[in-house]
Amino acid sequence: MLRISTIGYTIKQGFKNIWTNKMFSLASIATMGACIFLFGLIFSVFVNFQYIVRTAEEGVAITVFFTDDADQARIDEIGNEIRGRSEVTQCNFVSAEDAWNSFKEDYFEGDASVAEGFQNDNPLANSANYEVFVDKVESQGELVSYIESLEGVRKVNQSEAATKTLSTVNRLIAYVSVVIIGILLIVAVFLISNTVSMGIAIRKEEIGIMKLIGATDFFVRSPFLIEGVIIGLIGSAIPLGALYFMYNKVIQYVLEKFHMLNSLIQFLPVKQVFESLLPIGLVLGMGIGLVGSVITIHKHLRV
Amino acid sequence: MITLENVSKSYAKGQPAVNDVTLHVDKGEFVFIVGDSGSGKSTMIKLLLKELDPTSGTITVNGQVLNKMRHRKIAKYRRGVGVVFQDFRLLKDRNVYENVAFAQRVIERPNRVIKKRVPEVLTLVGLAEKYKSKPNQLSGGEQQRVALARALVNRPAILLADEPTGNLDPKNSFEIMRLLEEINERGTTVLVVTHNREIVNSFRKRVISMKKGVIVSDEQEGGYVEN
Ligand SMILES: Nc1ncnc2c1ncn2[C@@H]1O[C@H](COP(=O)(O)OP(=O)(O)O)[C@@H](O)[C@H]1O
Ligand SMILES: [Mg+2]
Repeated sequence: MLRISTIGYTIKQGFKNIWTNKMFSLASIATMGACIFLFGLIFSVFVNFQYIVRTAEEGVAITVFFTDDADQARIDEIGNEIRGRSEVTQCNFVSAEDAWNSFKEDYFEGDASVAEGFQNDNPLANSANYEVFVDKVESQGELVSYIESLEGVRKVNQSEAATKTLSTVNRLIAYVSVVIIGILLIVAVFLISNTVSMGIAIRKEEIGIMKLIGATDFFVRSPFLIEGVIIGLIGSAIPLGALYFMYNKVIQYVLEKFHMLNSLIQFLPVKQVFESLLPIGLVLGMGIGLVGSVITIHKHLRV
Repeated sequence: MITLENVSKSYAKGQPAVNDVTLHVDKGEFVFIVGDSGSGKSTMIKLLLKELDPTSGTITVNGQVLNKMRHRKIAKYRRGVGVVFQDFRLLKDRNVYENVAFAQRVIERPNRVIKKRVPEVLTLVGLAEKYKSKPNQLSGGEQQRVALARALVNRPAILLADEPTGNLDPKNSFEIMRLLEEINERGTTVLVVTHNREIVNSFRKRVISMKKGVIVSDEQEGGYVEN
C-alpha cells in the first residue's frame, strides 16, 4: 500500500529531523548509548554469573544419612522418594564401604598401613548415604526440609553457605540491574521525547501546510516515528559494538589480576553472549526510540 | 459544487464571525468575496477547508457534507481543494521545485508522476526557469506563483484564495488574478477573497460582499460594494 517513493521520502525526512536538530539528537543518542551500554554490561555480567553459578551447582550435592534402624528396604524406598522429586537430577547410593574406600583414598593416600589398622572395623559403618544433585541452587532448601521429614533419615548435609551466597548475589544483581536500567530507560524516553517535540516545533509551519494540502495523519507523523527509531538504533548499535570489542579485554584483565580465579571460573565466549545480547539490545533501543516518539506525537501532533 | 445552508460560526466570545450564511456556488464559477477586515471572509475559507467546523448549519462541497465527515476522510477531501494565502506559506528551506513537489509527495504520488507534473505546472505559472531558486530569492509575485503552482499541482476541483494579492504591487496583483482566471477557464471553481477594488471592478465576476459575518449583497458581474 505504501509507495517506495513515499517510504524513501519519509525516511529522508526522518534523517533530516535528526540533522536539523543536531544537539538534541546527539544528547538523545548519548543517553540512549549510556543506557544500552549499561544494559549490555549488566547483561554480560549477569549471564556470566549465571553460567558460573550453574557450573558450581553441578558440583553441589546434598548428602542424606540414615538412622540405625533403617534397613536396606527402607533406604531403597527413601531413594525412590527422592528420585521422584522433579528438581532432583541425580541420586546415587553410597554404601558404607564405598564411603570408607573413598575416604581412605582421600586421606591415607599412599599410606595404606594406617588404614589397615581399621580393617575389620569400618569407622564409617554409619555413613551409608545418598548423594543427591539438584537442578537449581534455589530448590535446594525446600528439598532438604522434605528429605529431613522422611522416616529413616538421620541427617542431611548440604553445602549451604556457598550456594546461598551464590544465589543471593545472583538475585541481587538482577534487582539492581532492573532498577538501574529502568531509570536509564525513563531518562532515554524522556530525552527522545524532548528531541522529537523540538523537531515538531521547528516544523510546525510545514506540518500545518501538509495538513492543508491533504497529508494523512500517518504521513505527517511517520518522519517523527522514523526519527525516534533511528536515534534508538544508532544509540544502541554504538555501545553494543563497543562492548563487543571490550568484552575479551575485560575478561583477560580479570583473569590476569586474579590468578586464583583461573581454575575456579569459566567465562562465556563473546559470541555466545552476543547471540542474545545483540538482538535484545537493538530491539530495546528501537523500542525506546519508538515509545519516546509515539508519546510525543500523541501529545503534540493531535491532528 | 459548494453549498452553505444557514451556516454560523462563533469563536469563544463575541458575536459570530459568520452569521447565518446561505450560499451556493456552481461548478466552474469564479467568485469574489469582498468585505472589511473582520467581516468573516477568512473564517469562511477555513470552514470550507474543514479547518474549522460551523457552530450551526450545513456545508456541502462536491456532494460531501463537511459536518459529518470523519476525521480520517479530511485529508482525502482537502486533496480536492487547492488553497493559497496572502503570506504564500512556502517552505523556506526548499527550492521552487521542491515546494511544488511537496504537495505531490504529501498525497503520495510516485516520483515519475512528480517529475512530469511539477515542470508542467511551473510552466503554467511562468516559473519554469526559476525552479532551483529558494523562496527568499524570489519577488512577492513569484512566491505567490509558486504557492499557486503548489495548489494546482494536484489538480483540485476547487481553488480557494484568501487575499492572494494582499502583499503584491498592482502589476503583480493583476498578473496573479489573470492566472486565477485562466485556471478557472480550464474548469476549476475559484473563490477569491480580496480587498482589491480595482481588480474586482475590472474583472466583472460574481461578487459576494460580507459585513459582520453576514452576506449583504451577491451580484453576477458585479463591482466592489462600498460599505
Ligand atoms: N481564532 C480566532 N479566535 C477568536 N476570534 C477570531 C479568530 N479568528 C477570527 N476571529 C474573529 O472573527 C471575526 C472574523 O474574522 P476573519 O474571518 O478573520 O475576518 P476577515 O478575514 O474578513 O478579516 C473577527 O472579529 C475576528 O476577530
Ligand atoms: Mg482574513
